[in-house]
Amino acid sequence: MTITAPSPYRVDASGYYGPFGGAYVPEMLYPNVEELRDNYLKIIEDPEFQSEFKQLLRDFAGRPTPLFLAQRLSAEIGTTIYLKREDLCHTGAHKINNTIGQILVAQQLGKKRIVAETGAGQHGVATATVCALMGLECIVYMGAIDIERQKPNVDRMRMLGAKVVPATSGSQTLKDATNEAMRHWISNPTDTHYIIGSVVGPHPYPDMVARFQSIISAETISQLLEQTGRATPDFVLACVGGGSNAAGAFYHYLDEPGVRLIAAEAAGQGVDTGHSAATTALGKPGILHGASTILMQTEDGQVTEPYSISAGLDYPGIGPQHAQLFATGRAEFISITDKAALDAAFQLSRLEGIIPALETAHALACLPLIGAKKDDVVVVCLSGRGDKDLATYTKHLEEYS
Amino acid sequence: MNRLTTLFQHKTADVLNVYFTAGFPQLTDTVPILHALQEAGTDLVEIGMPYSDPVADGETIQKSNQQALDNGMTVATLFEQLQGVRQQGVTVPILLMGYLNPVVQFGIEKFCQQCQATGVDGVILPDLPLEVYEREYKALFAKHGLQVVFLVTPQTSPARVRQLDGLADGFIYLVAAAGTTGAQTDMNADVDAYLSRTKAMGLRNPTLVGFGISDAASFAAASRHTTGAIIGSAFIRLLQNTPAQGQATAIKEFVAGIRP
Ligand SMILES: Cc1ncc(COP(=O)(O)O)c(C=O)c1O
Repeated sequence: MTITAPSPYRVDASGYYGPFGGAYVPEMLYPNVEELRDNYLKIIEDPEFQSEFKQLLRDFAGRPTPLFLAQRLSAEIGTTIYLKREDLCHTGAHKINNTIGQILVAQQLGKKRIVAETGAGQHGVATATVCALMGLECIVYMGAIDIERQKPNVDRMRMLGAKVVPATSGSQTLKDATNEAMRHWISNPTDTHYIIGSVVGPHPYPDMVARFQSIISAETISQLLEQTGRATPDFVLACVGGGSNAAGAFYHYLDEPGVRLIAAEAAGQGVDTGHSAATTALGKPGILHGASTILMQTEDGQVTEPYSISAGLDYPGIGPQHAQLFATGRAEFISITDKAALDAAFQLSRLEGIIPALETAHALACLPLIGAKKDDVVVVCLSGRGDKDLATYTKHLEEYS
Repeated sequence: MNRLTTLFQHKTADVLNVYFTAGFPQLTDTVPILHALQEAGTDLVEIGMPYSDPVADGETIQKSNQQALDNGMTVATLFEQLQGVRQQGVTVPILLMGYLNPVVQFGIEKFCQQCQATGVDGVILPDLPLEVYEREYKALFAKHGLQVVFLVTPQTSPARVRQLDGLADGFIYLVAAAGTTGAQTDMNADVDAYLSRTKAMGLRNPTLVGFGISDAASFAAASRHTTGAIIGSAFIRLLQNTPAQGQATAIKEFVAGIRP
């Protein structure tokens, strides 16, 4: 593929994706963000870094993850569905691709401590895991509500030696955990690296995290080629909380207009119920967590408290790249209710023997809605496994018996 | 002339800037607090526009922001409250401080017009990137007689301090130590070294120190190498703990106690 013009979907030299992105941070964070901005490409493009990163992805995280032809689900939906099995990564989700990359960056920058935020706890676990591996101190902020609903992951983080700190401000979910992690970073500016868990935050985070997650689509290309004789699917589906698994699943297809990119966002109880996290349906341009993006907010510019059954999608914004994909129409965003996500989770469990994460179930729920034909090739990024959500699933077992 | 310029022409030491959150503790407290601060002898006031996600703020100011929002405070309401204060004898320089999103949603042009109409002298927008300021805001602020204040921290490189000083025209806000507002900064040797190092740079703007200044001792220590200091969280705590009828008196005593 020859690239003639700069892609409108990738970050430009100033850290923007069209009107979105940038680094809207208070001066207290400027030196940290600048240090990262000035060094991240140099660090991650270094051949030694790449070989260490790839080796850890293989030997520690268990990559490549399989691309699995889901035959019974395909028959049920009436198309050809491949599942990119990120649920089989060590720690159970795609999040580890990013934390391995970032811990290596932190080491290169000489940082001694790691701070992170987490929603579902998957990113927290993935961060605690790499911190244990590298012997770095780890502090994870998690919304007090999420600590309740994702208990197994809290225990895993503690088992791994991380300190889990409840975020008790605001909606006590992912947004507030992110605020607290940023405050912690402000207070510990020199020795601490902040491992953001998604393609959000000030430049260069969205680009850096997308690069680490791009392994998802890089593998998909070669696996699809091997299994179907074609490198490009007709559709790629992924759920979007901040959007990191989607960014990775879309990455190498962004400039291939023949591939339809579908992003599933959480409608919660319904887009119009006031209990929703459907950012593109309900949001408008604004600034959140250091980036210009699309976010749910009041008329006065106060950030709205989102709601979703899924802690990992319970976020009022999306990454700036996704804002650009939405604004340009390159990706289609579909809002999926709690109920539709639950239906899809039970469907996959019973047809394919795979219990997906609640986040991932939102992507699966899009399958009947995209108009895929029988011979179309649809890749779903199966971002994580559902063990952490068993308490929620168990509450609904009766309805699906 | 801009009231900030006049202030710093006449006063070059021990300048006291007090921060409070608009619409806190009660929605209609903004203007009475402003009057009380002026009467108490505060040199300038910084009014915070409350925001749902104030990442640079510690717990005290976060909570005051939340309470103000719960009271119904908005940027539009703040301008309504400030309407006419200059005619009512408020002469103290006024700065508006706030995060960018509510200002952007209000409309930056309209924001500047309203500032000018109500007699606001300057703004502090901590998450406004410098290059965005230069590209999109600078000319607009200047047109409406608004001065701009930038933050500098102990981690800010000397080159960037120069750049910020070159672009600021109100004053330079020296953040005393790494941390969010309200952190207990003891005015230790490190802070003293940072302040005297900054003084030695001979900046063109006045400098005011903030974050962790709470009483006469910390004010005096902070002002040794600077034009003065800013009190925020300690004042918010005072407002929080004072019954409504005693507010004006408590403010006078508090301000008097800072520079005995
Ligand atoms: C399994 C899984 N999928 C998706 C997400 C959402 O994050 P992102 O949108 O960054 O992929 C999470 C977040 O916790 C998750 O655990």
